[in-house]
Amino acid sequence: MGQSEPRTLFAKIWDAHLVARETDETPAVLYVDLHLVHEVTSPQAFAVLRERGLRVRRPERTVATMDHSTPTTPGRFIVEDAQCAAQLAELKSNCGEHGIELHALGAEHQGIVHVIGPELGLTQPGMTIVCGDSHTSTHGALGAFAFGIGTSEVANVLATQSLLQRRPRTLEVRVEGRLRPGVSAKDLALAIIARLGTSGGAGHVIEYAGSAVRALSMEERMTVCNMSIEAGARAGLIAPDETTFQYLAGRPRAPWGAAWDRALERWRSLPGDPGSRHDKSIAVDADALEPIITFGTNPSMSAPVRGAVPDPASVADPSARAALDRALRYMGLAPGQLLLGHPIDVVFIGSCTNSRIGDLRAAATVLRGRKVAPGVRALVVPGSRQVKRDAESEGLDRVFRDAGAEWREPGCSMCIAMNGDQLKPGQSAVSTSNRNFEGRQGPGGRTFLASPLTAAASAVAGAIADPREWMR
Amino acid sequence: MEPFRKLESRTVVIARADIDTDQIIPARFLKGTTRTGLGRHLFAEWRALPGFPLDGREAAGAQVLVAGPNFGCGSSREHAPWALLDHGFRAVVSSSIADIFRSNALKNGLLPVVVDPTTHSRLLSTPGVRVTIDLEARSIAFDGVRAIFPVDPFSRRCLLDGTDELGFLLAQEAAIAAHEAEELPCTD
Repeated sequence: MGQSEPRTLFAKIWDAHLVARETDETPAVLYVDLHLVHEVTSPQAFAVLRERGLRVRRPERTVATMDHSTPTTPGRFIVEDAQCAAQLAELKSNCGEHGIELHALGAEHQGIVHVIGPELGLTQPGMTIVCGDSHTSTHGALGAFAFGIGTSEVANVLATQSLLQRRPRTLEVRVEGRLRPGVSAKDLALAIIARLGTSGGAGHVIEYAGSAVRALSMEERMTVCNMSIEAGARAGLIAPDETTFQYLAGRPRAPWGAAWDRALERWRSLPGDPGSRHDKSIAVDADALEPIITFGTNPSMSAPVRGAVPDPASVADPSARAALDRALRYMGLAPGQLLLGHPIDVVFIGSCTNSRIGDLRAAATVLRGRKVAPGVRALVVPGSRQVKRDAESEGLDRVFRDAGAEWREPGCSMCIAMNGDQLKPGQSAVSTSNRNFEGRQGPGGRTFLASPLTAAASAVAGAIADPREWMR
Repeated sequence: MEPFRKLESRTVVIARADIDTDQIIPARFLKGTTRTGLGRHLFAEWRALPGFPLDGREAAGAQVLVAGPNFGCGSSREHAPWALLDHGFRAVVSSSIADIFRSNALKNGLLPVVVDPTTHSRLLSTPGVRVTIDLEARSIAFDGVRAIFPVDPFSRRCLLDGTDELGFLLAQEAAIAAHEAEELPCTD
């Protein structure tokens, strides 16, 4: 590779994985280092292999887990939904047939695909990672180019370990300053999405940079990269640094010994060269951010938790006005009303966005010694069995149970509401997940996206709350 | 995949912006293991509402869906284009279409057509209009209007021929093997 042109982090990863360059007529052939698989978007892909008599080309680069449709009922691993059970059985048999590592329901490292990848050290800087799930962008937190694909592409990768891709552009989101107490990575992610809009990142890979990003923990970086897709971006990326290396060191699947030293040398060369240029760039002031909550039906419709619901009458663009009006009617909110104190029925702490140990610790700081408000159902769903074990060894499960919250088994749970964990029509939930689309958490359900701190505070208050009033 | 060359059809209009894949096909219908039969769950929640255009008499047989901007945002579920195709749609027209949805649609013979805002608003305001979409010419024509839309040349070839990407990728075997021999990073 020529040294003359300064390259971005993304360009370095892209170049290193080119099997064939793109031309006007054909997209690039991009090699995939790690393919993550789950039960919902893979059965039809394995069927393609069967129809064509193909094998999985690199089973050792393929890792499967059960997460989307698995029950999270405490202590039980019985799948009552016959369709879900059939889907899980099919994943098991597909993995068995092709020699793919599977973290099945109840297994030691089972969990949400985007939680276990980094946790096991499978996700590493400089890799290309794909999964039939849009939140694959999460893995970009470790400096990997990671993105969601559809089932046809899952089949392509299973069969060839490669994908056809047009090279995306890059968008730098530079966040300077420092997040203030009570303001978390989730608030930062929601603020960026509000700024970019739901399609502002389209066609781009976002690289998050700046002092506030450097100061984030690995788990917080995952939260930020996870939400990149909600701004329409292909992926999110953060340059690997000492935080990344410390996080990976000693993880089960991370390199070790001499291989670790070699990897470290390679990883240190990944950050963008001085003078490398992004196609677009925006700046965000971390010091100015407050805890944020969504009030609408897409993740860009948000406001500071102490703010008010906007009035559609004040929106000039007719289609934006109609969308806002429609969203407020769906959410049961009045124009101009304060968000603080708006009553809620459910709190969901979990999902690939916010179900890691740091998220649970944050929620526990608020819930310790307090009670979930009467009439509110609070679910805490750890992202993986490892997160669950870690939380229990710290006594966090006791904190949640003592507060009156449900401490459940790992899975996607109420984020996607496929497994029986769902809202009833008309119920309002403060959720740490990533999507507030109509019906996302159950038909007729109303989702307010927020951080674990805000969710925990709202559980205690029984209404949308400012976590800064409840932190100790 | 069924080839896509030229399509003449009336339109169905769902003018909302940011129609996400959870609306196109809610997650509770993703529990199956095949691609078939999803059309009856297309827009499951909205379809129950009075006046929703999908099941109206005017919509019968329409193969072109015209939707608000940023159509198909959200999840990577390929069930969204599967459901649209199973219902009978062969093309989706908007002023912008989300990345993963567009990629999934192209792989299944559902043509994503991105038109300029003026053409888009004309289509939005004339539900049921007869349109002609010519993929070879990359054009959409209706009511004396003719607009050219962008489509990746490779995807266009695949659609015109009714072939998918997998054959092309399998033919890259030598280059893939060479890349593996040279690079093989990270997994040891």
